[in-house]
Amino acid sequence: MGDKITFTIDGKDIEADAGQTILEAAEAAHMYIPRLCAHPDLQPYGSCRVCTVLVDGRPQSACTQPVAAGAVVESGTDKVTEIRRQIIEMLFVEGNHYCMFCEKSGNCELQALAYRFGITAPRYPYLFPHRDLDATHPDVFIDRNRCVLCGRCVRASRDVDGKNVFQFVGRGPEKRIAFNSEANLAGTNLDVMDKAVDVCPVGAILRKREGFRIPVGRRAYDHVPIGSDIETTAAK
Amino acid sequence: MTENRAGTVRRICQDHGGDRTRMMDIVLAVQKEFGYVPSAMMDVIAAETGSHRVEVESVVSFYAFLSSRPKGKVIIRLCDDIIDQMAGAERVRQVFEEELGIRVGQTTADGRITLEHTPCIGMSDQAPAALVNDVVVTELNGDKAREVARSLLEYMDPDRLVREYGDGNNAHELIQSMVHNHIRRRDQVILADMTPGEALNKALAMSPAEVIRDVNTARLRGRGGAGFPTGMKWNFTRRAAGTDRYVVCNADEGEPGTFKDRVILTEATDLMIEGMTIGGYAVGANTGIIYLRAEYAYLRAYLEHALEERRRQGLLGKSICGKQGFDFDIRIQMGAGAYICGEETSLLSSCEGERGDPKNRPPFPAEKGYMGKPTTVNNVETFCCVARILEKGPGWFAQIGSEGSSGTKLLSISGDCRGPGVYEVPFGISLREVQRMAGAVDTAAMQIGGPSGQMVGPEDFDRSICFDDISTGGSIMIFGADRDLLHVVDQFMAFFIEESCGYCTPCRVGNVLLRKRLNAVRQGLGTAADLQYLQELGETVKLASRCGLGQTSPNPILTTLERFRPLYEAKLKAEDDGLLSTFDVRSAMSEAEAITGRSSVHFSKA
Repeated sequence: MGDKITFTIDGKDIEADAGQTILEAAEAAHMYIPRLCAHPDLQPYGSCRVCTVLVDGRPQSACTQPVAAGAVVESGTDKVTEIRRQIIEMLFVEGNHYCMFCEKSGNCELQALAYRFGITAPRYPYLFPHRDLDATHPDVFIDRNRCVLCGRCVRASRDVDGKNVFQFVGRGPEKRIAFNSEANLAGTNLDVMDKAVDVCPVGAILRKREGFRIPVGRRAYDHVPIGSDIETTAAK
Repeated sequence: MTENRAGTVRRICQDHGGDRTRMMDIVLAVQKEFGYVPSAMMDVIAAETGSHRVEVESVVSFYAFLSSRPKGKVIIRLCDDIIDQMAGAERVRQVFEEELGIRVGQTTADGRITLEHTPCIGMSDQAPAALVNDVVVTELNGDKAREVARSLLEYMDPDRLVREYGDGNNAHELIQSMVHNHIRRRDQVILADMTPGEALNKALAMSPAEVIRDVNTARLRGRGGAGFPTGMKWNFTRRAAGTDRYVVCNADEGEPGTFKDRVILTEATDLMIEGMTIGGYAVGANTGIIYLRAEYAYLRAYLEHALEERRRQGLLGKSICGKQGFDFDIRIQMGAGAYICGEETSLLSSCEGERGDPKNRPPFPAEKGYMGKPTTVNNVETFCCVARILEKGPGWFAQIGSEGSSGTKLLSISGDCRGPGVYEVPFGISLREVQRMAGAVDTAAMQIGGPSGQMVGPEDFDRSICFDDISTGGSIMIFGADRDLLHVVDQFMAFFIEESCGYCTPCRVGNVLLRKRLNAVRQGLGTAADLQYLQELGETVKLASRCGLGQTSPNPILTTLERFRPLYEAKLKAEDDGLLSTFDVRSAMSEAEAITGRSSVHFSKA
């Protein structure tokens, strides 16, 4: 560590610390690489693939791939943008996302990504899966319809809260989030203040009795696209 | 009862040292005891291993051969892959359903027998086949299926189903299986005689670096399909920082249509173990693991015996062959029904007692593999090659085969041919020669390398099998002129959907979308735009998926779009009528029709 290396993203020279991921290095250089499963307080996971970049022509997830001296990274090119757009559209059709009456609307990272990419409707047919809800917990509500299987709650509960409340069960299209309890979420030791509740990028984990406390129009992505915070600091 | 059960589960956990990294063994043992892993017992396992209930549930729910719901004492798993279908698996299923009075996926009312489907069990050369608990039954037809079902209903004893033993070690007292080897061509590397210890002694007379040099000189490349240079992999592992290195043998032969490792495991057992032992010496490991697919559980006792024999002969254990300081032993890790575990990092996750999710790379296993330690994972056949290289010399090995691909390759040939079975051939053999050798006439297509490989037609039959042309882990399926190749493609896509771990978006979602659109086209609802859709979506899944499964899963569609495009074009609507290929007005209205109790005036069945 401590060693500085140089590589390029879309032709721009980037200086980075050895051991940083491409995503971290880009962010430090005020370049936003779209992402969904990545979260600054959690271990890199590499599951959503929204942050896919081409490193010397090879596809990699920027959130897990360490920087390499002299690497040529493509991030904002038409080809990479198109791949990301397709992945975001896949996430929309895989679940049941009802933005217009979702409490997370305006603060939702998936929705914000769609806006940033100019997606008005997905090209793929909706799969309309049957997914279960769990409203048993006194303070927290789970709606698997809106879950994108990013694993943030799994990692936060395990690594930050030290509770292992969440984990995935099943595989492939049957994969879903499950709780550390025989019956339901009420049977776990999840607390409303847990990190796991906080990190959900979509409206799958919601706090009860908070509905529209922040009115539409004053939410995180109502006026600026997702990633603006990273990019605007560049101007200063 | 719960208390008694809990006592048993505690004992099982304690037998495994309460070690959560041995979760696979623990849940397999619990399932063996009760026929499933009861929900209440997950809490006990979690408590005993310092894990969490949901982590146990996560593992159990991942593997097809594990269940959290009660199943029959006898589980019949009918292989339903394409080769079995072609050989009459449908009739076999009908008979089982009739005789047992249940459908696939169900358990008899008395709770005794469960009937299921399972993907390729490594018996494509003797299809249709099924697993009855651990017992393999092969070459089924309606009559045999009836006999099997009736015998099970009467005696509930899978062992009774085996009346005659197969050839070679299939008749060994620790196997006693009806499986046949069907070895149809032997060559000098894998399926030749060997003297246990000879190659190993030669290796031990050299330094580890010299052993790796020989493997490099022989230009050995991995036989699992990817073709990575073995010596280079070993060098990375040897040089990686850290202690406690591992050698892992990938015997999770899951690619549909391949069964050559099944034959190696029984007929070249010593060669394989010797190769692993040499690998242990070369990379500086003390422990080896054979990851054996659940479908081959019937070979486990025999393999344990083979390991024990070698310990007895001083070829495993402490100071091997009298070489002070070289201690190496091997354990067997059972899988539990997951194709993805053939991917090396998934295999390691599974060995560590986790879901078989692939790991992020880097770090690569050579650096941080099993339990975070430097690990080399090689194919069963690769280890055999290593032993032979050390025995006969790298020069001898390198002169076999073709320019960039030295040595021989085992091919598992199945489908429309007279001689399905295992063939050891030098690299460089042409596909036409493969057909001739296997007795295939009027071949329309060959699937090389299984569903993850490619489908080729007559214009490619002069191409050859080697790393520089058509590379394969060994699966070759032959399709005659009367086969519906797009049905084959559909079945391959169904396989990948079933076997995707679901970790990354493109593979989890993309394959479902691909199959849906493929079938819309097959039903005559598609236009040229739908072929474009398949192409673009397929390329994205290939490019953006996280591991080899997703990176190859669109191949059935992409390779046939390229080489068998007229098959698709023949299905397209003559005229674009402006209707969406994905929208079927009939099924869209079915629910409303059911509720109102009358059918649509405008869209009633034509």
